[in-house]
Amino acid sequence: MDIFVQQIINGLVLGSIYALVALGYTMVYGIMGLINFAHGEVVMIGAMVALFVIKALPGLPAFISVPIALAAAAGVCMAVGFAIERIAYRPLRRAPKLAPLITAIGISIILQNLAMLVWGRNYHAFPPIFPVSEHDVLGATITSLQIVIIVTAALMMAGLTLLVQRTRLGRAMRATSENPPIAQLMGVNINQIISATFVIGSALAAVAGLMVSANYSIAHYYMGFMLGLKAFTAAVLGGIGNLAGAMLGGILLGIIESLGAGYIGDLTGGFLGSHYQDIFAFFVLIGVLIFRPSGLIGERVAERA
Amino acid sequence: MMTLTLDTLKQDKRAAIAATVGVGVLLAVFPFIVGSTLGNSWLRILDFALLYIMLALGLNIVVGFAGLLDMGYIAFYAVGAYLYALLASPHFGLHVPVWVILPAGALLAGMAGALLGAPTLRLRGDYLAIVTLGFGEIVRIFMNNLNAPVNITNGPQGISSIDPIHMGGITLAKPLSVAGFTLPSLHAYYYLFLALALLIIFVSIRLEDSRIGRAWVAIREDEIAAKACGINTRNIKLLAFTMGASFGGVAGGLFAGFQGFVSPESFNLMESVMVLCMVVLGGMGNIPGVILGGVMLTVLPEFFRHSAGPVQQAIFGKILLDPEALRMLLFGLALVAVMLYRPAGLWPSTIRRREFNGEAGNAVKGGK
Repeated sequence: MDIFVQQIINGLVLGSIYALVALGYTMVYGIMGLINFAHGEVVMIGAMVALFVIKALPGLPAFISVPIALAAAAGVCMAVGFAIERIAYRPLRRAPKLAPLITAIGISIILQNLAMLVWGRNYHAFPPIFPVSEHDVLGATITSLQIVIIVTAALMMAGLTLLVQRTRLGRAMRATSENPPIAQLMGVNINQIISATFVIGSALAAVAGLMVSANYSIAHYYMGFMLGLKAFTAAVLGGIGNLAGAMLGGILLGIIESLGAGYIGDLTGGFLGSHYQDIFAFFVLIGVLIFRPSGLIGERVAERA
Repeated sequence: MMTLTLDTLKQDKRAAIAATVGVGVLLAVFPFIVGSTLGNSWLRILDFALLYIMLALGLNIVVGFAGLLDMGYIAFYAVGAYLYALLASPHFGLHVPVWVILPAGALLAGMAGALLGAPTLRLRGDYLAIVTLGFGEIVRIFMNNLNAPVNITNGPQGISSIDPIHMGGITLAKPLSVAGFTLPSLHAYYYLFLALALLIIFVSIRLEDSRIGRAWVAIREDEIAAKACGINTRNIKLLAFTMGASFGGVAGGLFAGFQGFVSPESFNLMESVMVLCMVVLGGMGNIPGVILGGVMLTVLPEFFRHSAGPVQQAIFGKILLDPEALRMLLFGLALVAVMLYRPAGLWPSTIRRREFNGEAGNAVKGGK
């Protein structure tokens, strides 16, 4: 039983990180109908910047150094996100659908290798930012770092929901995702809204990057790739283009993965080990898509006649 | 300009024959030119370019003709390669002849294609992309981990000392002597790959204008209209997956025999993405464009690999930036730049170009 609770806790931590990254994918997809393939790399850049800022400020207490690092990472990521949209997507808005996918892949390769040039190809150890304490919950342990991650992610998601549902900017974003030309007729500056979407998504990615590298106490130029893939999977799982779906999908995927990794050995009599955890996630995804092709809580889009 | 000359070739028979002979002679002597001027490493790259052309043409059937975005295509290449590796290496002590393995690889990969296609028929666009991507990863992860409890794939170490491609008493691993004339191994592989690539090109061209090919294009342009016209979209889509996959299976078998070593690392997502880039960058659905894309994306990274270090050395007197990172950086920049300036690909098909310029939107799109 304690293994079960432990895996649920680990899954929640992993899932809240996935959810934050998935929000970036889903927001861009909702507004532009485009997979921002480079989003995973933005997360990686956020992690790297945060790591090196914290390393550059030794001796400062965590409640000063972490916000500074977070601000720096978010700033850099927002600039990168803004630039990605300007350079790689805006010129191709009316191009064939696969063209922006290729530029996205190109940007992804560029960011990865820039990171390799700047920070080298080694794994970087993430400095311990505060003394981590352990707490008992139903026979399992949860660390203070994990609590901070879950709470921060929940706050970010609540903030984003408020932003989208309650503010003028949010209303413009919803209008643009509904129907860009009509939104434009109603006086929405679509270009600004799309830029804003990328910038907000990138800020969330920066937070997620800091969290993931603090959680695993490691950062690496290649870390964004698989993380981005998983987060995108999470977005599709929940129903891409849907904010609540991305949050649900992220957390579900995290929990499924942790439980899968914890139990797959017992389930298959030791035939398949925990290194099959990625397979688990993809199988679930394929299953969901076959039975609910629009994701768990995605809207069913009528086929065009 | 290029299409203009192609059109005149279609009308003038003698010019067509002369051009065919010219291209044939050029292709025949090409490895000797490359081998003597640029050396064996470039000859190897040339062999790989031919393999990638086969792969790109296979994926072109799925993505270019039928419009089904497949991001796990490399899995079929992996199936072909691992089949060859398992059946012709000391790993299991089996040494099945090549002429059995290659068709079996095509068959098995084709079956894998149908297996992937069947549950995903209802999905479209980006959902299909992510499912195929997941499928590719699943295949790779299995290959990475199927070394315990029963050792099938030998895990991350991969399978080595695979038999070279051989037939009868002839093996391509050693220089061939034909009538007092010796043909080095890399050259021999070049001719074999060229022959198979030409075969695949021929099949692709014939498919494009066939009833099936037109059905694929109809599905790509508008699936519902295609269905209304009496096309059995389920079977035709499955056929696209199967045929595309079988090309990949053949190319995979050749790769295993040529390389003598396979490991799961050769079949990661980046490889799938690379083949997709070849198809899209070259010009989706247009066979010459896809071939161009295949050649460019094989040669370009290698060109950067060979120039990234020495050029820095020449300019700055020392190597400032990691050449490996720099080469991929330049490659990424090239990818973005080409797409920004030619969004429909380097050499798009005429129909696509018309669509893109909005000239014949109604005629092609079926009155939208």
